[in-house]
Amino acid sequence: MAEALANISQVHDLGMIQIRADLARAGDAIAGAAGLAIPAQGMTVSDGTRRLGWMSPDELLLVLPRAELADTLAALNDALSTEHALALDVSDMRVAFRIQGVGALHVLMKLCPTDLAAMPVDALRRTRAAQAACGIWREGDGYVLIGFRSIADYLQGILTGAAMPGTGLEPR
Amino acid sequence: MLTLTCPYCGIKAEETELAPGGEAHLKRYGPGSTDAEFEAYLFARKNPKGVHFERWRHAYGCGKWFLAARDTATLQVFATYKAQNSHPPAEVVAAIQAARPGWQPDWPQNASDESPKA
Amino acid sequence: MTQTGPFRLPAGGRLIDRAYQLPFRFDGRHLRGLVGDTLASALLANGQMLMGRSFKYHRPRGPISCGVEEPNALLGLGQGGRFEPNQRATTTPLVAGMVTSAQNCWPSLTADVGAVNNWLYRFFPAGFYYKTFMYPRGFWKHVFEPIIRRSAGLGKAPTEADPDKYEQAYAHVDLVVVGGGIAGLSAALEAGRAGKSVWVLEQTPNWGGRTPADHADGLARIDAALAELRALPNVTLRRNTMATGLYDHGYLLAREALADHDPNAGIPRQRLWRIRAGHVVVATGALERPLSFAGNDVPGVMLASAVRDYIADYGVAAGRSIVVVTNNDDAYRTALAALDTGLSVPVIIDARANAAGALPEAARARGIRVLTGSAIAGVKGGQSVEGVKICAQSGSGEVTEEIAADCVAMSGGWSPVVHLWSHCGGKLNWSETESFFAPDPNRPPTGADGKAMASCTGAASGDLLVAAATGAAPESATMPVWVMPAHATRKMKFKMWLDFQNDVKVSDVELAAQEGYQSVEHTKRYTTLGMATDQGKVSNINGLAVLSGALNQPIPATGTTTFRPPYTPLTFGTIAAEARGDLFQPLRKTPMHGWHEARGAYWEPVGHWRRAYCYPKSGESHADAVAREIRAVRAGVGTLDASTLGKIIVKGPDAGRFLDMMYTGMMSSLPVGKCRYGLICNENGFLIDDGVAARLSEDTWLVHTTTGGADRMHGHFEDWLQTEWWDWKVYTANVTEQWAQVAVVGPKARELLERLGGMDVSPEALPFMGWVTGEIAGIPARVYRISFSGELSFEVAVPANRGLELWEKLHAAGADLGITPYGTEAMHVMRAEKGFIMIGDETDGTVIPQDLGLGWAISKKKPDYLGKRAQERSHMTDPDRWKLVGLESLDGRVLPDGALAVADGVNANRQRRTQGRVTSTYMSPTLNAPIAMALVLHGPERMGEVLEFPVEGQESYKARIVDPVFYDKEGSRANG
Ligand SMILES: [Zn+2]
Repeated sequence: MAEALANISQVHDLGMIQIRADLARAGDAIAGAAGLAIPAQGMTVSDGTRRLGWMSPDELLLVLPRAELADTLAALNDALSTEHALALDVSDMRVAFRIQGVGALHVLMKLCPTDLAAMPVDALRRTRAAQAACGIWREGDGYVLIGFRSIADYLQGILTGAAMPGTGLEPR
Repeated sequence: MLTLTCPYCGIKAEETELAPGGEAHLKRYGPGSTDAEFEAYLFARKNPKGVHFERWRHAYGCGKWFLAARDTATLQVFATYKAQNSHPPAEVVAAIQAARPGWQPDWPQNASDESPKA
Repeated sequence: MTQTGPFRLPAGGRLIDRAYQLPFRFDGRHLRGLVGDTLASALLANGQMLMGRSFKYHRPRGPISCGVEEPNALLGLGQGGRFEPNQRATTTPLVAGMVTSAQNCWPSLTADVGAVNNWLYRFFPAGFYYKTFMYPRGFWKHVFEPIIRRSAGLGKAPTEADPDKYEQAYAHVDLVVVGGGIAGLSAALEAGRAGKSVWVLEQTPNWGGRTPADHADGLARIDAALAELRALPNVTLRRNTMATGLYDHGYLLAREALADHDPNAGIPRQRLWRIRAGHVVVATGALERPLSFAGNDVPGVMLASAVRDYIADYGVAAGRSIVVVTNNDDAYRTALAALDTGLSVPVIIDARANAAGALPEAARARGIRVLTGSAIAGVKGGQSVEGVKICAQSGSGEVTEEIAADCVAMSGGWSPVVHLWSHCGGKLNWSETESFFAPDPNRPPTGADGKAMASCTGAASGDLLVAAATGAAPESATMPVWVMPAHATRKMKFKMWLDFQNDVKVSDVELAAQEGYQSVEHTKRYTTLGMATDQGKVSNINGLAVLSGALNQPIPATGTTTFRPPYTPLTFGTIAAEARGDLFQPLRKTPMHGWHEARGAYWEPVGHWRRAYCYPKSGESHADAVAREIRAVRAGVGTLDASTLGKIIVKGPDAGRFLDMMYTGMMSSLPVGKCRYGLICNENGFLIDDGVAARLSEDTWLVHTTTGGADRMHGHFEDWLQTEWWDWKVYTANVTEQWAQVAVVGPKARELLERLGGMDVSPEALPFMGWVTGEIAGIPARVYRISFSGELSFEVAVPANRGLELWEKLHAAGADLGITPYGTEAMHVMRAEKGFIMIGDETDGTVIPQDLGLGWAISKKKPDYLGKRAQERSHMTDPDRWKLVGLESLDGRVLPDGALAVADGVNANRQRRTQGRVTSTYMSPTLNAPIAMALVLHGPERMGEVLEFPVEGQESYKARIVDPVFYDKEGSRANG
């Protein structure tokens, strides 16, 4: 039997910090504490280990190694102490899956109503995968999909199902 | 199934990514209002055939509420715009009038100090 | 004669491969077909013309078409879980080993009992169902229904689960061309050359549509177009893909058959494409119409185009002696094709007075007899065609001649396939010259931008010849012939079928008109014309024309019926796709889910969550488990997985002010370090959620919601923040799943936590309705001293990833204390023992806090909160609103949930008056007695009164009104 369209693997030990603030006012402070520039609308910025994603006009998501979370969260709270802002550890409420390989796009096209083919590298899109809310960014030759931890089994199930061998979307 | 562009994140979302929120630009009446005012706020809806303003939340997305000017009969979308507007802004009115010549706003002009619920 | 049947021609058949034979079964007969055959072509090749029975009269039927429009040849396919009824033999690819069966017949296809209806046709006229089954009433249940259920119905539903997989996929395409014929390919070329992203969808496995069969160089033209399209990287060609519906804003659904031809391929059987198209080009061609002459449903009477398709595509003869009857030139192609393969064409019966075009001349030149101005007066034969009776088209059916034949190829003209155009509002015009409805390009379906989202091309647009692409020579005009002959007798009209599947005849439509039906939509429903699974693809125009004739008005004045998706039926599997079994919906699991599962938890679904209802031990009933859990908690210590409780952070300089608007009580005055119970109402004043809020810091609150309310309340908060008070500085975050939460409950709860160590949980350090942070057993934790059971209770929140660790440590350390996990039902009973309300039990969307004795949780000082104005309305302040009380069952039976307390007299509808309703009811293991809560008229003023709750089939329940707090009225137990 042919191979799966893409390799689906859960990513462990990711730290995630949700940041809400007026990005026009607090952008520099956040960028300083996060160590990354503020991403443009719909994009992420990454230095290879950390990634800062644009979630909404007043919301960012910082993804970083779990070990760096506490210090970075403290630095963010410090930098934002004079602002009306919110920085929260949300690592435990999320799960992340890496979808990698030549058929990664086809896997997600079966689940998401979004035009993912038009999404550039490093772009981030919040949408749904089948019946579940998710966020997706394009990284390397694949994608990272994040969702809520309580439905990790569901996400694993739909991703694996969509990656079933022999089901690429090429015309037959 | 509709597609609407979220004015906050620029994404053209389809209806399954959105949550509907009914008529836009209602003015909230709280304690101290008359029964008639409160009844109108709670229950009276325009339900027009034609140009309509309505609330949508980009629920499977940025989470923001936005507003859409839409024709309920043809489903033509004239504009989407941010919820922090007491009335449809001038460019929305212009977009509607470009598509529906003769259409006139039914809210008081120069009444920007009111703050109806978006 | 080959092994694949006596009607397989010695040569020809562009779609079959004679080198590969496929065995299959039909009604137990073992037959053989060829690779490339459809089920219909393989059956016809074997001489099996009879393929089914009609719905109402059980008339014997054979296929009339060679494609999706087929009304007759519907078969049951497969066995067991793969059985699928109503499959069109004309579009079903033949698969080796296929098992097929005729349906709608009993006991067998050739000797069908239901065909007795056929003799009773005078008693089954239009509107039969409406007229017959009204009176006498008893007849329906005892006479009509059992007979109809036995003999009627199209196919049988499968009884086993479908073993096949299905999937869906989304696509975003500039231009989608529907139809892979010459018109569609030409449109795709034009757009593809211009650089647009283009998809071409073809419903069959083969490109080209009618062009290869109908035009001498047709195949070469198609091949040339395909070659160029395949070289364009921006063009995608998809075969076996049926566009089923076009919806708002360019949303196009299409079903791609992946493994219909190979059920063992191990891949999904079908894929539903959900396409967003910038524009849709409808190139779906045209469908031929039957002619309405007496006996036009006898097996062997087929559409002329189908007869030549079976010859050209499959090398199959529908008959050896073929009579052609037509009102247009195109059908002459069938006569010529039949002659070319050595079949005989004794006569072409042309209703037109003159037939002088190139095709009729070619037929005459080949020696075929052409009778103009003529018609068929009747078809000879019952289960197969034996010959035709000929008459003048202008007369009333006087037979001039009889001719023997085993097949009649009929053509009543062609109708553009306008379904997709019409699905979303595209309008049609009647063409007097061509006698069909064609798309009006000035009234297209419009999209989000208000512009046309679809256009038609080729035959679908009314350009039947597509001469620009096919090079076809002009043809002479089609003559409208709706009844044949023009002045047919009433008796003849009883045998003229319009809708073959639903058995609607010319006589039925005329009767409907006579009975006053003028609207085509009403007539359709009255006669069931066009309402079968083929949706009247071949019957609609003929039926409409007959109705117009009966009403004496032009066809456009009668109108046309609405085309609705899907174009052809979709199997439910395609619509459900992955959403079945374990993936039917997202199941939310807490961090401790696996532990509960391993302990045999019985699950209660709460929203998408699964919560442990109770943990029955081996041999223990659920009720016994719940009782055991409650006793253990009240006597020692128990743990509840409370992780599902909603947790929302509300932060900012205006957070207090904002929460004062959201809650009926005062949240801004809550001191840091303290908790407060609060109620949330909507603007209608009704109670929608409740929970405990904790003030984490000067500008930050954490509010708990109900399990089902977390997302809803977060959305509710954001709605008001974003759209009403957008200048208030508040951020919210739904952190429900960030935390695992364990309620540690019971008189020994403190002792247990102290054993784990790390945090001072003494009454001084952590008083009731206080919270502290620190570590428990080495895990960072926030502990709230709140109680929903009336016992000493700590809710311990830890990061979700460490929830299981905490839970296991609690159970290890508490073993000798008798620690017991308890579920939601024990929690529900314990709260009811304490008289605490539950959202969804005591509330139902019409209950205000004042009804529940919760006035203490409503701030009198606040000028405003959501729901305050509504709660001032006269109906909300009405002293006759039902109010919360407790109930004590008089005879020890547990009151039924939802039972109504009756009052004297009857209401305006002559129903018994009521004065109360049970909202929660349990057997209390603590009190060893049934307890209940209820909303009762003037309830709190009627302590001690007895109410009656009649329940059908049982002795009435009687209960005394009491205080709703059944246990520990002083509330001392929560202090530990
Ligand atoms: Zn958005």
